[in-house]
Amino acid sequence: MSGMSGTFGEQDGITRAGLAGAGLAGARERRVSTGGIDLCVVELGEAERPTVVLVHGYPDSKEVWSEVAQRLAARFHVVLYDVRGHGRSTAPVPLRGGFTLEKLTDDFLAVADAVSPDRPVHLVGHDWGSVQGWEFATVARTEGRIASFTSISGPSLDHFGHWIKKRMSRPTPRRAAQLLGQGAKSWYVYMLHTPVLPELAWRGPLGKRWPRMLERVEKVPSGSYPTASLPSDAAHGAWLYRDNVRPRMRRPRTDAYAHVPVQLITPTGDAFLSERLYDDLELWAPDLLRRTLPAKHWVPRTRPDQLAAWITEFVTAREEPAARAPEQKAPGKYADRFGGQLVLVTGAASGIGRATAFAFAEAGARVVCVDRDAEGAARTADMARLVGAPEAWGECVDVSDEQAMEELAAKTAAEYGIVDVLVNNAGIGLSGPFLETSSQDWKKVLDVNLWGVIHGCRIFGRQMAERGQGGHIVNTASAAAYLPSKTLPAYSTSKAAVLMLSECLRAELASRSIGVSAICPGIVNTNITATSRFAGVDAAEEKRRQERSSRLYGLRNFPPEKVAEAILRAVVRNEAVVPVTPESKGALWMSRFAPRALRRLAQLEPRL
Amino acid sequence: MTADTRQGTAQLSSDLRGFREVQRLSYECAEAVAAQLRPGVTEREAARMQREWLRERGVRDWFHLPFAWFGDRTAFADFKIPLQFFPTNRKLEPGMPFILDMAPVHKGYAADIGYSGSLGLNPVQDRLMSDLRVHRELILDQVRERRPLREIYENVERLMTRQGYANRHRAYPFGVIAHKVDRVRERRWSPTAFGFGTQSLKGLASDALHGHREGWSPLWSPYRFSDHPPQPGLWAVEPHLGFRGTGAKFEEILVVTDSRDPGESAFWLDDDLPHVRRWAEEKAA
Repeated sequence: MSGMSGTFGEQDGITRAGLAGAGLAGARERRVSTGGIDLCVVELGEAERPTVVLVHGYPDSKEVWSEVAQRLAARFHVVLYDVRGHGRSTAPVPLRGGFTLEKLTDDFLAVADAVSPDRPVHLVGHDWGSVQGWEFATVARTEGRIASFTSISGPSLDHFGHWIKKRMSRPTPRRAAQLLGQGAKSWYVYMLHTPVLPELAWRGPLGKRWPRMLERVEKVPSGSYPTASLPSDAAHGAWLYRDNVRPRMRRPRTDAYAHVPVQLITPTGDAFLSERLYDDLELWAPDLLRRTLPAKHWVPRTRPDQLAAWITEFVTAREEPAARAPEQKAPGKYADRFGGQLVLVTGAASGIGRATAFAFAEAGARVVCVDRDAEGAARTADMARLVGAPEAWGECVDVSDEQAMEELAAKTAAEYGIVDVLVNNAGIGLSGPFLETSSQDWKKVLDVNLWGVIHGCRIFGRQMAERGQGGHIVNTASAAAYLPSKTLPAYSTSKAAVLMLSECLRAELASRSIGVSAICPGIVNTNITATSRFAGVDAAEEKRRQERSSRLYGLRNFPPEKVAEAILRAVVRNEAVVPVTPESKGALWMSRFAPRALRRLAQLEPRL
Repeated sequence: MTADTRQGTAQLSSDLRGFREVQRLSYECAEAVAAQLRPGVTEREAARMQREWLRERGVRDWFHLPFAWFGDRTAFADFKIPLQFFPTNRKLEPGMPFILDMAPVHKGYAADIGYSGSLGLNPVQDRLMSDLRVHRELILDQVRERRPLREIYENVERLMTRQGYANRHRAYPFGVIAHKVDRVRERRWSPTAFGFGTQSLKGLASDALHGHREGWSPLWSPYRFSDHPPQPGLWAVEPHLGFRGTGAKFEEILVVTDSRDPGESAFWLDDDLPHVRRWAEEKAA
């Protein structure tokens, strides 16, 4: 007896060390038996809180969730388990026929009954975990046991089956293209249907190389994941495909309607699943909330912050219906992409900056509005909350002041979080011939227009890079960046620098999934004209020119709201250089194809 | 407005009383129709309700026929041509903002009013209405200072920009923030053209002709022809704010006289109007 207890003690010790090593420190482990299978279940957080069950995919084990689980543990009772045949759960004998979705549903119900016998659980699935999740959320026998379902990168096989059938039966060119596209992405599914070979590969060279491949191709951070059980997980898991894919594709269930609210998180860079798969999902899941994430397949490893935030918001809204308002309040076009994200806009007290802050607010983002004009920034924040921002703050900072920017970054990180989208928009105007422009004037315009952008990119860009979960930087350049003129030499120089800075930064940060866009608005009706400096003229003449140019810009009347829309679109599509007004587009075209004509135009003197 | 000017207005001729009566009647109509709006009512129906309500009370001629704008049409979203001002079949939905705008002629006196509201709560429009208060003050102050109308126009626009709003009265014909209204001769037959009463249009045209000779215009616009001090007469002032698909306006008559006393040189015809009462309540709260 004593020997046995000693052995158990040792095992326990190994387990704890293993859990801590896999990033699940402080987790409580238990075993749940069901249908001859022994499942390894791990719990974090207080058991009285709402229960969130995280189900892993293929080839994974529950440790894939470690980062997300830890972030959720402070607020929820988090439960992870190894799917049968994976990690430290036992495998069915024989393997064939042991992995059907019916049996996996038995497992889930057993776990749910063990960890939360009285209350329904919130289900989160990634990859095959999500495929299973759809089964759980659509079969009748789980009704009342699931409170909500968050699906990440895993469609329902039944919906998939109907999706294919619909496209096969009426193959319009578009549908055929969608079919072929997804068909190509599913190459690995066909491979896994060959007998024995996948097992040999996983237990041999593929299993050994897999962690490096994940790092290189999928950008999964190196570390304790994947775990040592990978080769056997992957070998057993092949039966997930063999037992389910063909039957469900051939005869998809016609009653696969979700009986719970569903949050669908779609990584846009997923190499295995097309976004088009979810086109008709509203038919199957009436209470559906869509989210998109610019990332590759393994988001639980690469974007744990964002996942934890969205899961928290979704679960909380279902637990406390009063808190449900925010996601309905944001009606914006890109609410699926920016909901809950942190956006910082400089120069947000007026013009393009203010309109951009409002546009992000409408998409449900949390907005930090930065400007020298404290009152204007506060006003922007105030109005941003009114149009849909769950939170918004006004900050009074001069972007040319490095110290102040450092302090702002530290404060933002500590109080609001790491910025997901940074918009370096603050800028001032300076007009007048080069020979009349004093070095003071030069310094002033470069300080704001160029150094402001450099400080922003450097300080907030570093925070983004260090977090390692992607992000986006938008710099407001100008059509003047590629449009020479004799009236705006200093302004154009500063904006040309911003444009090139953005291009270089884009190259540098691409490997860290941080996008960089340069926006070139053109003539937009903002108050930049009213505050512009006109070098080489006296105060009265300067005032006259300010008024005159304001009137001209007013006549042109291109609204800053359209620039804001272009900014959001640029972030969503990760566009590099975005001219906005027709004249800006025309100038960009001319700078490429008719530079000499552009140079001749530059010699014209506009009458002001 | 101060008690002096109130007394001042009380002494003014019966003309002003006539204008005040029809303005009140119009706001009563707006409140009555607004109270009847339900989900599913269309702009056309709302416009007809206004027209019928006023016809029942003796209105036979119009400066312009009643308008109704729902949803993002309150902010004149994507308005390119004036025909878009006319009521459509858009249906009212819960939470949607609306604007009722009418200009009846009653006993020879014309009014032109705008009434903003929403079906249920609309926090954005609520804020817009609160923020319109300073515009009413600004316009009166600067008219009393005898600033050129074009300059006042630009100052109002600047204030809107500072508040974070778009100037939506720019969408009106000639981008006017106001236009003159006057007595209209009563005729047995009073046809309308493009929604405007021909009698009133005639009055406006003759004003425009006189003004053109004397260097002023009955239209208060951002253009050079409005670069003159306020012309005595009655001006229907209609600052219109727009914010991301929500619009709000008020419209009421500003009386401009040639008096040297600043208080009497310009004053609002009536201070007992829904939006003014609302601001008084806000102040009290």
